[in-house]
Amino acid sequence: MDQALFQYVLRLGDDGLILGQRLSEWTGHAPSVEVDLSLANMALDLIGQATHFLHYAGQIEGQGRDGDALAFRRDVMDFGNCVLVEQPNGDFAQTMARQFLFSTWQKMLLERLIGSKDELIASVAAKSVKEVTYHQELSEEWVVRLGDGTAESHRRMAAGLDWMWRFIPELFEMDSVGEEMLARGIGADPASFRADYDRKLLAVLDQATLEAPKDQRPILGGRRGHHSEHLGHLLCAMQFLPRTYPDAKW
Amino acid sequence: MVAVPALDIADRLWSVLADVPDPEIPVVSVVDLGIVREVDADGGRVVITPTYTGCPATLVIERDIRSALDKAGFEGFRIETTLSPPWTTDWISEEGKRKLRAYGIAPPRPAGERQVECPQCGSTDTVEISRFGSTPCKALWRCRSCAEPFDLFKCH
Repeated sequence: MDQALFQYVLRLGDDGLILGQRLSEWTGHAPSVEVDLSLANMALDLIGQATHFLHYAGQIEGQGRDGDALAFRRDVMDFGNCVLVEQPNGDFAQTMARQFLFSTWQKMLLERLIGSKDELIASVAAKSVKEVTYHQELSEEWVVRLGDGTAESHRRMAAGLDWMWRFIPELFEMDSVGEEMLARGIGADPASFRADYDRKLLAVLDQATLEAPKDQRPILGGRRGHHSEHLGHLLCAMQFLPRTYPDAKW
Repeated sequence: MVAVPALDIADRLWSVLADVPDPEIPVVSVVDLGIVREVDADGGRVVITPTYTGCPATLVIERDIRSALDKAGFEGFRIETTLSPPWTTDWISEEGKRKLRAYGIAPPRPAGERQVECPQCGSTDTVEISRFGSTPCKALWRCRSCAEPFDLFKCH
């Protein structure tokens, strides 16, 4: 088995799956019906992308596991998503902070993966980048609207960013899997867009009349399966049905 | 039995597929929307492409195409899915766009076009309510002339 490719594709899939599951927790609870629709649609896009990546990961592995098996029958240490996406929704501002930091990064990553030598990664990236552009614009608009809104919305937006800020360094971390994928022309080098990412964040925060949070101790480890306590709780909800009734048919 | 030329089979297949409605916007067919990429009569396959990666209609569409093919006697034909080149709203036919408008959904704008025409009254004095609508492919708009809300098929 191509271990590095399997891990790389699994990480791409897990980011989408876990954030999609998180966003779907908002369904029926969002501040307005339009926002409710937006969050559910973003969840749908992300889970759709994850479906393609996880099915592909199953094929690479060659052990008969499909995307569903990888989503529902792995335990927490086997997930390779970044720690940012598993963070709790908190209030709406905290959710938008997470979305803004992630979608801005994901869009830049996918733009580069369109040129991947791996045909499936390239085609899913080309398809997904159009959806993620919407996610990025929507979350950016909300960061500005809440930041430059009332004293209360400003305070909440600042607190949301403060919660999420320490998970940014992991997005740009490289390890042996990333290095190998880069060398083989399959993966992208996140360092190549770090400066663009920082510039974008600061420009939006400035427009939102927000200060960038002070640098915090970075939280790393999600790619290696070292997650925050929140992921286990998320999986309990997401995996409940297939764990309780294995092989249940709809 | 006389062998039927492949060309005639392809024509028949296209007409069978042209009668398969989109499950969420039933006035347009899967052919109008550009979901059917290729009909390969010799190879015994029909190639389709998803519109949005997470669109839940994708599975229903495949099932509907399967049953239409079976009913028309094409049980032996396989359905294959391709992601590349990715689907865009440019794949929607002119006929498809006309049907969308008549149904009350503003068709996707051509590249560079900012204005959105209200499908009810034709006014261009319109405003976006929500970038995400009732399905992944639509945004919610409102007309300031006739005050009616309407769906816009997102340019994608």
